[in-house]
Amino acid sequence: MNWVMIADVAGMTFLVAGAFLSLTAAIGLLRFPDLLSRMHAGTKPQVLGVLLTLIGVALRLRFGQDVPVLILVGLLQMLTLPVAAHMVARAAYRAGQAAACDLVVDEVGAEEAG
Amino acid sequence: MSTSFLTVMTILGGGMLFAAAALTLVRVARGPTILDRVVAIDVLIAVLVCALGLEAAVNQHDTTLPILVSLSLVGFVGAVSVARFVSRDRDDDEGVRA
Repeated sequence: MNWVMIADVAGMTFLVAGAFLSLTAAIGLLRFPDLLSRMHAGTKPQVLGVLLTLIGVALRLRFGQDVPVLILVGLLQMLTLPVAAHMVARAAYRAGQAAACDLVVDEVGAEEAG
Repeated sequence: MSTSFLTVMTILGGGMLFAAAALTLVRVARGPTILDRVVAIDVLIAVLVCALGLEAAVNQHDTTLPILVSLSLVGFVGAVSVARFVSRDRDDDEGVRA
C-alpha cells in the first residue's frame, strides 16, 4: 500500500462516480415529463459528473503538465454551461413550453406582465 | 494497482457510460420538441467528455486532453444557436434584444 496505489484506487472511484452520475442523468432525461425537469436532470453530469471525472483523471495521470489542462476544462465547462441552460430555458418559456410544466412560481411572467 | 481492480472499474464505468449514451440517444430520437433534443445532445457531450477522460485515465496518456478542452469550449454553441432559432417568434428588434 503506497501513495501511487491509493491515488489509482481513488481516481478510478471518482471516474466510476462520474459515470454513475451520467447514467442517472440519462435515466432522468428519459423518464421526466417536461423540458425544465429534463434540464434539471441533465445538468448533473454536465457539472458534477465532469468535475468528478476530471479529478479522477488528474489522480490517475499525476503528471504536472496535465493538471492545468484539466482545471481549464473544468473552468470552461462551468463558464459555458449556464449560458446554454439560460438560453434554452428562456427559449422554452417564450415558446410557451414552460407553461406545460408544473410551475409553482412564475417570476418571469410576473415581471413581464407588470 | 492490481490489474483485476482496474479491469472491474473500467468495465463498470464504461458500461454505465455506454448505457447513459444509449438512453440519451433515445431521448434525442423521441424529442418531442427541438429543445428536448438539444438538452439531450448537451448531456451526450458531457457523457463523451466523461468517456474520453475514462479512456485517458485507464491507458494513462494525455493525448485526448485537448479534445476535452475544445469540447468544453464549444459544446454550448449548438444549444445557444438552437435556442436563438426557436425564440425568434417576435419581430426583429425583440430578437436582437433577446
